[in-house]
Amino acid sequence: MKVIVPVKRVIDYNVKVRVKADQSGVDLANVKMSMNPFDEISVEEAVRLKEKGKATEVIAVSIGPQQASETIRTALAMGADRGILVKTDGDVEPLAVAKILKAICEAEQPGLVILGKQAIDDDSNQTGQMLAALMGWPQGTFAHKLELGDGTASVEREIDGGLQTVEIKTPAIMTTDLRLNEPRYASLPNIMKAKKKPIDEKSPADYGVDVTPRLKVLKVTEPPKRTAGVKVKTAAELIDKLKNEAGVI
Amino acid sequence: MASLVIAEHDNKNLKDATAKTVAAAAQVSTPVHVLVAGSDCGAVADAAAKLGGVEKILVADDAIYAKMVAEPMEKLILSLAGNYDAILAPATTNGKNYMPRVAAKLDVPQISEILKVVSADTFERPIYAGNAIATVQAAPGKKVITVRTTTFKPVESNGSAAIEKVASAGDPGISKFVSEELSKSERPELTSAKIVISGGRGMQSGDNFHMLDKIADKLHAAVGASRAAVDAGFVPNDYQVGQTGKVVAPDLYIAVGISGAIQHLAGMKDSKVIAAINKDEEAPIFQIADYGLVADLFKAIPEMEEELTKLGY
Repeated sequence: MKVIVPVKRVIDYNVKVRVKADQSGVDLANVKMSMNPFDEISVEEAVRLKEKGKATEVIAVSIGPQQASETIRTALAMGADRGILVKTDGDVEPLAVAKILKAICEAEQPGLVILGKQAIDDDSNQTGQMLAALMGWPQGTFAHKLELGDGTASVEREIDGGLQTVEIKTPAIMTTDLRLNEPRYASLPNIMKAKKKPIDEKSPADYGVDVTPRLKVLKVTEPPKRTAGVKVKTAAELIDKLKNEAGVI
Repeated sequence: MASLVIAEHDNKNLKDATAKTVAAAAQVSTPVHVLVAGSDCGAVADAAAKLGGVEKILVADDAIYAKMVAEPMEKLILSLAGNYDAILAPATTNGKNYMPRVAAKLDVPQISEILKVVSADTFERPIYAGNAIATVQAAPGKKVITVRTTTFKPVESNGSAAIEKVASAGDPGISKFVSEELSKSERPELTSAKIVISGGRGMQSGDNFHMLDKIADKLHAAVGASRAAVDAGFVPNDYQVGQTGKVVAPDLYIAVGISGAIQHLAGMKDSKVIAAINKDEEAPIFQIADYGLVADLFKAIPEMEEELTKLGY
């Protein structure tokens, strides 16, 4: 069974985001970029499936600028076998990403596609579900635990009230939540090995997908700022302030 | 034309998130209809019929909707979508699960977690963990929207909508609900509680969270946690407040032993009043807290409890 893992190049999660003065977006010039943290969890899960003999090949796919090939290399260094870079500049909305992934799924026939539940830049939380719908496949989103059966997958999911287990038929889509696993660090020998693994370069046009955004971003602004209030000295003073000054207890 | 709101419920009780989503829907397209998809969910339909400004309740009562599994939900919503120009669901784990499937099948983008309806086709939504707000305009055509419920006021319960049964759309047969493990608590739900007290890595263990439980019981508060505390196994995942957990905006948020990573702030910075207790006076949480107490929480929390008892809480 092949496993496809889409990986997105995003602003590093430790970087403080700055909104551009002209409100056209956030400033990404000279900021550290990394693999979306949820996608690292996806790569780890896929590589573990391969190590357990359940997956035969792990394919990392990234849709983005030329530099997204570095993100694919990271996945290859973690243990993915080969990469596909679908090169495009500018923002690609989740629906267009899902359409490209659909074309790749039709060509590669994977048994499972593992995606991060959301990317930490646009926080959309859509792509996996959209791909599942376009393929007519079931989904196990926000996965906490995965068990593969024969033609089925049992996915324990993080939901608002706790945990839920669903059983889905494969081929299927899974999206990863934080506690599915702890992604490994790539070792130096594996980083060297990854340089020799193949990355196929494609364009959205190769898959017949129009990536023109459908939503128009009118502006990007800073959220209302909160400022530091006062420091209190004791727990009793804190209770007093909350009761008599703020009136919230 | 009209908008369709997908109700959030547990087959017995209608969740507050629905009334808030209706408030958003009323600003996008009227009249507003509400779809109650569930199993033996008559009581939910009755409660939904009272939501102010709602014209009609559609009830799809079938065992396959009991847990709102995404694949049958997609089919059901698509079977009704033709009558609506906007379809909205609260951005709960249910809404986030089935709505993108609906959007993809309608070949429209989904607009996730809107904070505000600027006009019928323009919305504000958070990006980068809420560190930026994007104002986006949808192209003409159907809109599929999830709503961040903390920023909308629920509509009042003064309506009397008609209730209409709709046919089940059937089970695609590719997925099934197996089981669930829900955290049991007598306390209010995190996302609707007026007061939330959350613990972080500084709590050091799951047992120590009982200190927060005691305060929560006195204040009728919900207990939350930072990602660090959940990852460390102190408390279950559904306690997590933050960019990838729950977003809360209570009247009072008390952060205990939480340093204040941006991912956590994303989930609570819209709280009306924020109090923070941390022994590290450089902790970033103090930069946004209205009241900060630099102290060892193991001393401060029992003192708080004692003080509350003294005041008759």
